[in-house]
Amino acid sequence: MTAHLTARPARALLIVPLCLALAGPVLAAAAPKATGKERPFEPPDLYASTYRPLPSRPTLIRNATVLTAVGDRLEGGSVLLQGGKIAAVGREIAPPADSVVIDARGRWVTPGVIDAHSHLGVYAAPEVDAHSDGNEITGPLSPGVWAEHSIWPQDPQIPLALAGGVTAQLILPGSANLIGGRSVTIKNVPGRSAQDMKFPGAPYGLKMACGENPKRNYGAKGQSPASRMGNIAVTREAWTEALAYRQEWEDYQRKKAAGKDTSLPDRDIEKETLLGVLDGKILVQNHCYRADEMLEMIQLAREFGYRITTFHHATEAYKIADVLAAEGICAALWADSWGFKMEAFDAIRENVAMVDHAKGGCAVVHSDSAQGIQRLNQEAAKAMAAGRRMGYPLKEEDAIRWITLNPAKALGIAGQTGSLEPGKMADVVIWSGNPFSVYTRADQVYIDGALLYDRTDPARQPVMDFNLGMPGMVGGDR
Amino acid sequence: MNRRMTAWVSAMVFLTCAAAQAETVAITGARIHTMGPAGTIEGGTLLLDDGKVSAVGKDVTIPAGARRIEATGKVVTPGLLDSLTTLGLVEVGAVEGSNDTTATEDRFTAALDVVDGINPRSILFPITRIEGVTRAVVVPRPGPGLLAGRGALIHLRTEGSGWLIKSSLAMVAVLGEAGAQRVGGSRAAALLELREAFQDAVDYGANRAAFDRGDRRPYALSRLDLEALQPVVQGETPLLVAVDRASDIEAALRLARDFRLKLIVAGGGEAWMVAPALAAAGVPVLLDPLANLPASFETLGATLESAARLHQAGVTVAFMTNDAHSVRNLRQAAGNAVTYGMPWDAALAAMTTVPARIWGIADRYGTLEPGKDADVVVWDGDPLELTTWPEHVFIRGTEVPQDTRQLRLRDRYKNFTPGEVPPAYRHGPTPPGATP
Repeated sequence: MTAHLTARPARALLIVPLCLALAGPVLAAAAPKATGKERPFEPPDLYASTYRPLPSRPTLIRNATVLTAVGDRLEGGSVLLQGGKIAAVGREIAPPADSVVIDARGRWVTPGVIDAHSHLGVYAAPEVDAHSDGNEITGPLSPGVWAEHSIWPQDPQIPLALAGGVTAQLILPGSANLIGGRSVTIKNVPGRSAQDMKFPGAPYGLKMACGENPKRNYGAKGQSPASRMGNIAVTREAWTEALAYRQEWEDYQRKKAAGKDTSLPDRDIEKETLLGVLDGKILVQNHCYRADEMLEMIQLAREFGYRITTFHHATEAYKIADVLAAEGICAALWADSWGFKMEAFDAIRENVAMVDHAKGGCAVVHSDSAQGIQRLNQEAAKAMAAGRRMGYPLKEEDAIRWITLNPAKALGIAGQTGSLEPGKMADVVIWSGNPFSVYTRADQVYIDGALLYDRTDPARQPVMDFNLGMPGMVGGDR
Repeated sequence: MNRRMTAWVSAMVFLTCAAAQAETVAITGARIHTMGPAGTIEGGTLLLDDGKVSAVGKDVTIPAGARRIEATGKVVTPGLLDSLTTLGLVEVGAVEGSNDTTATEDRFTAALDVVDGINPRSILFPITRIEGVTRAVVVPRPGPGLLAGRGALIHLRTEGSGWLIKSSLAMVAVLGEAGAQRVGGSRAAALLELREAFQDAVDYGANRAAFDRGDRRPYALSRLDLEALQPVVQGETPLLVAVDRASDIEAALRLARDFRLKLIVAGGGEAWMVAPALAAAGVPVLLDPLANLPASFETLGATLESAARLHQAGVTVAFMTNDAHSVRNLRQAAGNAVTYGMPWDAALAAMTTVPARIWGIADRYGTLEPGKDADVVVWDGDPLELTTWPEHVFIRGTEVPQDTRQLRLRDRYKNFTPGEVPPAYRHGPTPPGATP
């Protein structure tokens, strides 16, 4: 594309790391005053998911090669979707009355693909300044902002991800800031608002970043952080203040319980998010490339008593795969994006497989790209092949976890989705063949049992408002 | 310590193999996609001798002493060519000193020759060539002007000076949004500036002596720029225009017709919408088959079916990554072109025979025929598949070693156990070329 050929060489990658895109409008963070509510870090239910599963019929998919993402591969297998849930997985399942029966001979069935790192909606297409909503780049700490309030639900890239089998994704703020704000997990179902897309019950994430991006952005403005040591210092200050704020609330509650005279602490939107992390309710999604910096972030988390759920990008995760496995931290990785900046210089094709190989390792293949999200299955295939070349006996039933169950773990939704197990959400893809082949496409995508994408049926292909009537557009599948 | 020794010994084996320059090699038993008149040969033999293909077929006599590569069940193709890259111009994208892709403040435009910026010792070369890409077009990215300068065609090898195949390969220009931005915000102004440049070049070419006497009207471009444009206005060197929007492609076609330029469209997000005009004018399109995002208002019509639609309409299509670090993923893009409707043979041709014709090297490269350069890849399966790997890569008859900085990083950290000698001591022999 011309824009890539000319304007932004650093982004001219097959997979465009959006973490490099750091332009943003200038807004002042507003902090509403106390509401009188007595718990400091519970946002009002007003913001909870308004997503409702779409109507579905019981659907039996039979004669397929089924990858369950919990290690099984069934040849001639069946999967029954009923009431929006996986009702059964096995070799012979009798179709319930009124069910749609799909003969999937020669085709493969997997859980829906989950992208653990996406900026769809917050960096919507077309990539005009008016759509650049991913970074609140006015100060290195912005825990008060929520990605969901930047999502444009009409982003025409959303249907492209659906055509690639994506059923859920984590939408994150960018990495301009050390603490960038709350991420949100969405169902990949177009809605009239981001709230209509929110994954019910999914925990919030907190986007944090180390390394080049924060120090470059603020150093260039003559502000702190201007160095990696500045990154750590400013981050520690933020958590120190969070602990003080928690103390303030604890003092208040203790005095109140003892019947002493006290006054309600001021409400602080930013600290509410940080306390959510300290309380284990908000999961830390930490952008971090270099091995040494990931080790530093682990120590920093220890100092303040929180856990890191996932390191994102983690181009050097293979250097510390043993530590990540022992700490129970997932690593969300590209298959082969490298070299676009210094901290991506040591990325290797075997990163995913080496993280996976460590006992207890949690490897995730992510996109961070509106291009890559359309074919995460292909990215996983390349990572699997690289692992095999170094002697790891990886099979499709292993590698499928990298784009299904493991990202579900990384997002804290593995109890609801990410594998084909009875009782889980019926988020399912029927592939035209082996999903690790370049020639394979998603034939059908089910979300909560509802058929929301069918490659042969234009009526089952969403077309966003922006695309309506546009020259060159021929349905949602492009 | 034991493991380290093993790694060292195996690295030495690679280097020993690599040292054998342009040997006689017989690749036997493979499916050979010759891409030439012999078509695809099942269970054929390919003979490489003195850097050239010397024989291919079912009944090839293998000379005594030839190195034999038993390749039954394998697939052999010509080495792949990426038709638009910045290989050799960049090590780390965001590290300015290592990035020579763009002359951001140069006073020259058309005269800029990318050859002087190419570093054939780039670590990207081994990383790219072990994956089957043996040749690449290298272009400068546009600086402040509409003309970026001259691209080149290279081999991905470092030995001696043998990396340059062809300089002054194409003159790179930009139109569309990016062109408009460079001349004050209007596409019409960009077209006018290019017309002025070509008019000046034509006038200068016919009046050099008068120009040297100071007896000519002022030109918009410098003397060196006008010199560089001579082969372009004479229709010898192609004008490669980065452009996406259908209407911008049509404007470029008008420009080329008026000045009798040899036009190549690069990008071409909406090229399929004007495919008949491109086919009629014989203008090739350099395409990234994966570029389907409506990333701007000039790519609203971009689609994964671009390659198929252009091919179907009779447009000449070659593939490009338009990148440096991800050139190795060129064949993934080609595989997707097939998934979205392009015939398999056409997709392979878009990385071999078609660019050979576009870039004027079809006499040496593109097919596996006697007399052609021995750029050859032995794949362990379908070359467009994601899980396929090249087992052997030859560039002009010399096998490239499976040795890259990235493989060394992998081997350093594979099986590392804390408490052992630190990783910094786990390294193999000095890479080739690092010592005099």
